Amino acid sequence: MDLTLKIWRQKNATSKGKFVTYKVNGISPNSSFLEMMDILNESLVVKGEDPVAFDHDCREGICGACSMYINGRPHGPDKAITTCQLHMRRFKDGDTIVIEPWRARPFPVLKDLIVDRTAFDKIIQAGGYISVNTGGIPDANAIPIPRANAELSMDAAACIGCGACVAACKNASAMLFVSAKVSQFERLPEGKPEAAERGQATVAEIDRLGFGN
Amino acid sequence: MTELNSKIPKGQLAEKWTNYKAHTNLVNPANKRRLDVIVVGTGLAGASAAASLAELGFKVKNFCYQDSPRRAHSIAAQGGINAAKNYQNDGDSVYRLFYDTIKGGDYRAREANVYRLAEVSNAIIDQCVAQGVPFAREYGGLLDNRSFGGAQVSRTFYARGQTGQQLLLGAYSALSRQVKKGNVELYTRHEMLDVVLVEGRARGIIVRDMVTGAIERYAAHAVVLATGGYGNVFFLSTNAMGSNATAIWKAFKRGAFFGNPSFTQIHPTCIPVHGDFQSKLTLMSESLRNDGRIWVPKNKEDAEKIRQGKLQPTQIKEEDRDYYLERRYPAFGNLVPRDVASRAAKERCDAGYGVGDTGLAVYLDFSDAINRLGKNVIEARYGNLFQMYEKIVDENPYETPMMIYPAVHYTMGGLWVDYELMTTIPGLYAIGEANFSDHGANRLGASALMQGLADGYFVLPYTIQNYLSDQIRVPKFSTDLPEFKQTEEEAADRLRKLMEVKGKQTVDSFHKRLGHIMWEYVGMGRNEAGLKKAIVEIAKLREEFWKDVKITGGMNEINPELEKAGRVADFLELGELMARDALIRNESCGGHFREEYQTPEGEALRDDQNLMYVAAWEFTGDNTEPRLNKEALDYEFVEVKQRNYK
Amino acid sequence: MVLKYSSITKKIIMALAGLFLISFLIVHLGINLLILKNDGREAFNLAAHFMVTNPLIQTMQWVLFGGFIIHILLGVVLQIQNWMARPQRYKVEGYSHTSFFSKFMIHTGAIILAFLVLHLINFFFRAKFGEMPGVMIGDQHYEDMGLLVIEKFKSLPYVLIYIFWLLFLGFHLDHAFHSALQSLGLNHNKYTPVAFGISRALAILIAGGFILIPLIIYIS
Repeated sequence: MDLTLKIWRQKNATSKGKFVTYKVNGISPNSSFLEMMDILNESLVVKGEDPVAFDHDCREGICGACSMYINGRPHGPDKAITTCQLHMRRFKDGDTIVIEPWRARPFPVLKDLIVDRTAFDKIIQAGGYISVNTGGIPDANAIPIPRANAELSMDAAACIGCGACVAACKNASAMLFVSAKVSQFERLPEGKPEAAERGQATVAEIDRLGFGN
Repeated sequence: MTELNSKIPKGQLAEKWTNYKAHTNLVNPANKRRLDVIVVGTGLAGASAAASLAELGFKVKNFCYQDSPRRAHSIAAQGGINAAKNYQNDGDSVYRLFYDTIKGGDYRAREANVYRLAEVSNAIIDQCVAQGVPFAREYGGLLDNRSFGGAQVSRTFYARGQTGQQLLLGAYSALSRQVKKGNVELYTRHEMLDVVLVEGRARGIIVRDMVTGAIERYAAHAVVLATGGYGNVFFLSTNAMGSNATAIWKAFKRGAFFGNPSFTQIHPTCIPVHGDFQSKLTLMSESLRNDGRIWVPKNKEDAEKIRQGKLQPTQIKEEDRDYYLERRYPAFGNLVPRDVASRAAKERCDAGYGVGDTGLAVYLDFSDAINRLGKNVIEARYGNLFQMYEKIVDENPYETPMMIYPAVHYTMGGLWVDYELMTTIPGLYAIGEANFSDHGANRLGASALMQGLADGYFVLPYTIQNYLSDQIRVPKFSTDLPEFKQTEEEAADRLRKLMEVKGKQTVDSFHKRLGHIMWEYVGMGRNEAGLKKAIVEIAKLREEFWKDVKITGGMNEINPELEKAGRVADFLELGELMARDALIRNESCGGHFREEYQTPEGEALRDDQNLMYVAAWEFTGDNTEPRLNKEALDYEFVEVKQRNYK
Repeated sequence: MVLKYSSITKKIIMALAGLFLISFLIVHLGINLLILKNDGREAFNLAAHFMVTNPLIQTMQWVLFGGFIIHILLGVVLQIQNWMARPQRYKVEGYSHTSFFSKFMIHTGAIILAFLVLHLINFFFRAKFGEMPGVMIGDQHYEDMGLLVIEKFKSLPYVLIYIFWLLFLGFHLDHAFHSALQSLGLNHNKYTPVAFGISRALAILIAGGFILIPLIIYIS
């Protein structure tokens, strides 16, 4: 496959960025989106140009590092997968693909497609936990938890913290991220005692950080 | 040869840890505040250790190369975590978990450590539940368990196929709480470059701020490495792209011994390599082997036609299929342990029966199971895995057999540590996959999560106090000490040197070539000639790397090429040590298979007379061979047997 | 003070104010439709008289003003914060699951507000402070509000302006009801799609109902 890529390039947090157009040729439809980016970068390095910086790590859809806004959609055109799981067979030969970083004031661009998501860590630090110390805990089966509640809690807990919800939201809101954490704990007896404070503290933090509503 | 003191407490197996805890030195609360501890890594081991130490009152600095602690590769573990709760009333006990782990490791792990691991396993589950980890539950509201390979009981706790994620998020939330309280200072996007020794003790680290490129010094009374495994030395593995050996390798070069570096786990059910551009291998859960049958064509001609795309697997008649695991191991069939299944697949492919474009794949066929149980049942059991497979390979595994091939997954080897998890450098600890301690020559499924959390929550917070208790009079260190200055300069020099090579070949191209050498000669099947060749080839490649590597960009900015180059430079040294270790280990055990040492039927042949020891390698200089030290393994409490799966 | 509320509190107040305004619109529409009754505007004028004289309604009038002001003020504050949260826009603007009009609430809101001023001058202030024609119903003298309405809507420009305005009210309402429920945390797998339907139905019925009045008056 031959493709035209329009990629946001920005040297560092303070410099002004711009879109740069690249051509990549002979891409296998079986390669993943990030492997296509690897091929582009490899060719840039050979030419002595600065490769495109992007966050990525596990490349199996769970770590939440990869974060590309592809053709107007976080993680690209497929449903419920991350950028690293997107495969090139999803595109057509000759396509033009526009790749942007997440855009939100609390997610400033550090370089090219890399944004700083420490805001999410700060939200969790503000209260996204159950206050227990290590050790001295009663047996794990001491409090039965209805299966349905455990399942609902797990649904919420599955959030990978990638920030796509903020990137997609027209208001750059982090409500989904917060609500996932708050509801995970709210469904469990262990999380009930702090439920109200947790909600207030984490919401106060997203407001402080400048996310939208 | 240095005398290795493993500091195993005296007494009966079941009393060792209790006795240790009863008699170890502790630090009183007022003094804890004056003691700094550096923890490198934020995976299960690192995050749980940092949080637990901070709760105790120590001042902790926690580092990771990722943008958030929550991204550490523990997050990708799927299956589950073992514990000896015996909730199923199926006869489980601490002893049985201990025994299964020792046996699974092919009798190359330390009894006392493994027993302690089994002992604290139960407290881990309690801890995680209290943190709000949503484990799977029965309808009655109690915790559910599943079975895993290498055990006759159901003792694996799980949270769907995302157990690692949930456990890590639990540890991460405990860590976040301590960050909020000001007891942990968190440094993300910081990569450790070296460890600083003052008067022979670990007193700090040198790191690179991966955003600004600044080289920084951090001091502490003790340093804990929780930096994971080094499977990426093979280039292609199931590890995260950034997983690297730099921290433990630099510790090795500063005097920490490296235990059993050649012990690598190769997982049999991964999606095969599909092209040169591939960056990463994806694991498919071991559970697939419960219902899938593994086969290759009986005739080479058929295999050839399949590779050329002239024949479909579904067109091969039943009598023309070779279900080689069922043929070789009638008792265990498709459920032999990971190392056995991996080797058997390689044997068939090497003999010319492999399928797929590359000939490096075997079939995992569900058609029998679908006929027997119905598609719905299979979908309920493995639906998400089938979906993942289809996403990557673009074939429907309900209709055509899956293709699988083994891939590097975990490294049992790591920094040598004593019972207290301290390396041979006083004040330097290694926990989780970064150490060598608990899995011997082969790790059982669902035990990696157990070990990481055991080390971090329940072992290190005790054992480190034994060291810190006599450090209370040592004032906080200044990073202006000459040792810090010198180590920093050495680290910076090394990066400068890399930048100045200005060669022609990219970092990845070197990494791929190293991976090929490692996979070919230090992979699933090893032999003397191949290992010797690998040692020479790696040395040559290393020389070429330092002459011809090309790194773009600058040092004082985000520069992924420079980051990769530093890591590959270390892999190019570590790979050689792995080959050396495999070469001296003239036996086959667990994941280590030396082709010269096998039974007539092709099974692994251990040499307990001469090789029942931990190989602890000592760095002697860049241009001299490393020295081998041995820690003899005494099996006081279990009988050493040959594994048999026929 | 409003600025200090958390984002969630702001959104809850916004939603409550919005729901209150919807209820007002329904009452308003109900009364307006009386003018189409063929009884010489009697029912309409009686209702109008009730609205301007009943003490409870007179009190509610101030609550209504408050509701408007809070809804407008918070809408503006929330919108400014949202704009600030994404200083740099995307080149390829958003794929998003939100409904079309949800992206333009501030714009439709602003248009509604602009015409609201005209509307108040035309009718509300006139009724309150201006000269009004009189009419006898039974042996009582009433102000003939109905006549005022009919006179206005005999002029084509007015009719067009009102239809234009009311269309935007419809657009605004399309995202109103279900969005308010969402802000109040009333989200449900099964019933949230129903709320979407109710939202659209309210938009069509309210806007359509209001549009009907000038249209029919002009034609007849």
